[in-house]
Amino acid sequence: MKIRLNIGGVSPPLQSEEIKTGDWGTQYPVVDKEKCTACRICQQYCPDLCIEVKEFGEEKYAVVDYNYCKGCGICSSVCPSEAITMEIKEIFKV
Amino acid sequence: MKKVVRGFYSVAYAVKLCKPQVICAYPITPQTEIVENLASMHANGELEGCEYITAESEFGAASILVGASAAGARVFTATCSQGLILMSEVLFNAAGMRLPIVLVNTNRSLSAPLSIWNDHQDSMALRDAGIIQLYVENNQEVHDAIPQAYKIAENRKVLLPFMICMDGYKLTHAYEPIDLLEQELVDNFLPPYKPIAYLTTKNPMAFGCYAPPHIYMEFRVAMQEAMDRARKIMLDVFKEWGEITGRDWGGHISVDFPDSKVMVLAMGSVVGLVRKVVHDLKKEGLDVGFVKVRTFRPFPIEDLRNAIKDCDKVVVLDRSVSFGYEGPLSIETKSILYKYSSADVYPFVIGLGGRDIPKDFVEKLIRDVIEGRERPQFAFKGYREFEEVVP
Repeated sequence: MKIRLNIGGVSPPLQSEEIKTGDWGTQYPVVDKEKCTACRICQQYCPDLCIEVKEFGEEKYAVVDYNYCKGCGICSSVCPSEAITMEIKEIFKV
Repeated sequence: MKKVVRGFYSVAYAVKLCKPQVICAYPITPQTEIVENLASMHANGELEGCEYITAESEFGAASILVGASAAGARVFTATCSQGLILMSEVLFNAAGMRLPIVLVNTNRSLSAPLSIWNDHQDSMALRDAGIIQLYVENNQEVHDAIPQAYKIAENRKVLLPFMICMDGYKLTHAYEPIDLLEQELVDNFLPPYKPIAYLTTKNPMAFGCYAPPHIYMEFRVAMQEAMDRARKIMLDVFKEWGEITGRDWGGHISVDFPDSKVMVLAMGSVVGLVRKVVHDLKKEGLDVGFVKVRTFRPFPIEDLRNAIKDCDKVVVLDRSVSFGYEGPLSIETKSILYKYSSADVYPFVIGLGGRDIPKDFVEKLIRDVIEGRERPQFAFKGYREFEEVVP
């Protein structure tokens, strides 16, 4: 079957959501729900809109979108509560 | 209506008749007066429904036109030399986004050393961008080329930027009697631009999206196919133009004295001179013909091959050079002759940076080829012996 090619790479919005880029990085952030104060600093600094403070009933804390997070570690370095740690992905461990 | 005007005006007037919706440019010699003319037409209210934007650089101008063209506007700009290569990053994008931007390049040499005079080095630097390139001989041809450029570029089977290359100074600053087109004729010839996709808040679109390795190549193949379709569509448009105006500029090439043993190839304003020389030599009884190459991209592979494959000698007069090899026109000429012809190609580079090309010089060169005093070997012609020294 022939593939369908939008002329000039013209595309409706949000098509890129299908292209998961979360496997690019070597590290990934892990949020400690207890330490997180939901201050949203990480949310403002994330260059890829991959961390967002969400509400879960009474609780509020940062949640990472691992589908697109590239593991740059900015959220971890800006967090004033040291609630985000960077872990090395299993496949990159020596 | 015939009027004696400068090359600038012949371009600007034709652009006005095509009713562009956005004009954006940055001044650069020898182009500036084209957009100055358009700016004054705009200020006088002659460009109805047209936005005239002054940009901070050629990069900005081209970027604004990419946005405007993607929003569905018919657009125009003019530039040359350093301005064109500053635009190049954007223009490669415009081609990939399949935006039918029409621009006039008033051919000027590239720095360094700084030169504002004419050769073809600037447009040749954009040879591989996916932009249609047409080289014109005089100011009537450039005047006529503008409505045709829009019609070709905006054809839904093409959708590629179109660059009309006119020689700086030699054409831009020259006064010539021009048969200025009538609005009615252009309106009948050129329908309003109907984009197939455009930017609008009602139906948001992104242009020139990210294409990972599994899909990028297909887009580039599609551009090549569009160029191949343009080759045929251009001929139809050229023919239609000839019929409605009575001015037939030929197809992708135009040939004088076909089937001659020696054929001379040239592009741009030097064509008039070379044609005159060839006609004179023909009168003397020498077996020589002439090919004016109009379209450089898409390259007129079959047309040019058929015009020269049966001759003995092909003289190619390039006005630019691919350093480390030869002039671009001679490179393409040799390549299309491969396996079709045993003709010797004489690749000469002349007239760089506005170096004068006198009639006697061209006549001697062609005569030397015909009479066997030149070898079929790459050479610059018309420069003085020198040695490089440290100051």
